[in-house]
Amino acid sequence: MQEKARLDRQTMALRVAKEFQDGDMVNLGIGIPVLAANFVPAGREVLFHSENGVLGFGEVTLPGEGDLDLVSASGQTVRPKPGMCFFGHDESFAMIRGGHIDISVMGAYQVSEKGDLANYMVPERQVGTIGGAMDLAFGAKRVIIAMNHTTKEGKPRIVKKCDYELTAPNSVDLIVTDIAVIEVTDGGLVLKEIAPGWAPEEVQSLTEPTLIVDPDWHEIELM
Amino acid sequence: MPINKIVASFDEAVADIEDGAVIMVGGFGTVVSIPSCLLEAVYRKGVKNLTTVSNSTGFGADVWRLQGAPFPEDMDILVRNERIKKAIVSAPVSALYVNNFEKLLRAGKVEIEMVPQGTLAERIRAAKAGLGGVYVPVGVGTVVEEGKEKRVIDGREYLLELPIKADFALIHAHKGDRWGNLVYRGTSRTFNPTMAGAARVTIAEVDEIVELGDLDPEAIVTPGIYVDRVVARPKVVQPEEEKEISAEAKESFEKFKATGLRKEG
Repeated sequence: MQEKARLDRQTMALRVAKEFQDGDMVNLGIGIPVLAANFVPAGREVLFHSENGVLGFGEVTLPGEGDLDLVSASGQTVRPKPGMCFFGHDESFAMIRGGHIDISVMGAYQVSEKGDLANYMVPERQVGTIGGAMDLAFGAKRVIIAMNHTTKEGKPRIVKKCDYELTAPNSVDLIVTDIAVIEVTDGGLVLKEIAPGWAPEEVQSLTEPTLIVDPDWHEIELM
Repeated sequence: MPINKIVASFDEAVADIEDGAVIMVGGFGTVVSIPSCLLEAVYRKGVKNLTTVSNSTGFGADVWRLQGAPFPEDMDILVRNERIKKAIVSAPVSALYVNNFEKLLRAGKVEIEMVPQGTLAERIRAAKAGLGGVYVPVGVGTVVEEGKEKRVIDGREYLLELPIKADFALIHAHKGDRWGNLVYRGTSRTFNPTMAGAARVTIAEVDEIVELGDLDPEAIVTPGIYVDRVVARPKVVQPEEEKEISAEAKESFEKFKATGLRKEG
């Protein structure tokens, strides 16, 4: 059987960015999440926050350009933007922990059907980096996870119970994968959108917990 | 007698740091936010068995030399030379490669206490502010809660997180005056203003020393009351001889450029 096409990283980022509402304060993690900065829907003003103490910065510069005193938490140099402001680490995490960040987008190793998040430690390695991930998962008003639906070996990343060390229990609100968009609700995981060419039962076959198929499910909307 | 916190040299600034000291080191990932020259001076002094409090464990000077940083040392100078007994840290390892800290950890040569980044900042701030601790929701239901007092406040669970006090706080700022007032540049504030005043002695490495009154009182970020010593980086850096840059450093630099400092997530 030929492997079906999955969304690439840029397309997943584009889908994530559709969640950004006008006026949102958004923190983007490394990898696919940070790419979402390029796809803010037209007409919406969104401010990006970074843990190292900046709110309202501009786009990423090319590697080697830019000023090392103006970086995002990923270490990428970014451009200044009118209205941008700087602050220290305690202030930065007051914003995060205090519920002032509207959306946190992160990657993950596993998400459970209850919305438990595991994204800092691979068991085989016995050491990981918590960094700002726990604060973001506990503190942001809405947590969106962007990740591949399965591991490299084809095993589900959306599981009944995480066997990886937890970053935060019961914290994820929306999962955007390379084949589906799934909402975490009190009643379970709701399959809302599916990649072109895929059927709900095919998404289910790569997902450990039972999905509730939204009667209004549709193909992932990108425009 | 006029107050004068300015110290002439980095070696003089760290002269009373002894073996076994607890030192906070400001900054985040990028070397320009880090008190590089103070770290070098601590290394030169030869002290060991340090307990360090920092966001990360460093990338190594080679990575920053490749980016043209004139003062390229970060926490790695204390890591690779095995001067650290215990690291209290938020981001100890990289998801992209095995750093020197991870090598020591695997060899059982260093202890670690990993702390969520915001909790690290707040525990440091608690020490500075004279608090006995803070109740923090982050970490409930994870490994972070182990051994900690739990308390329900207004229907939500919190963990009692205790202050982190240090003997010395080494920080970096952009400009400072003889009273110890400091301003920063861009995203290089990070843990520096948070740590100022959280230790018995706070030592600020600055890009430039200015006259009293040159810093706008409306713009001073760290009031001098928190700072004990101010030491300036040399203005002109002598071009150092070309150092051999390891293949390993080049590889981690390429990965750094491609993906940044943090893991995915």
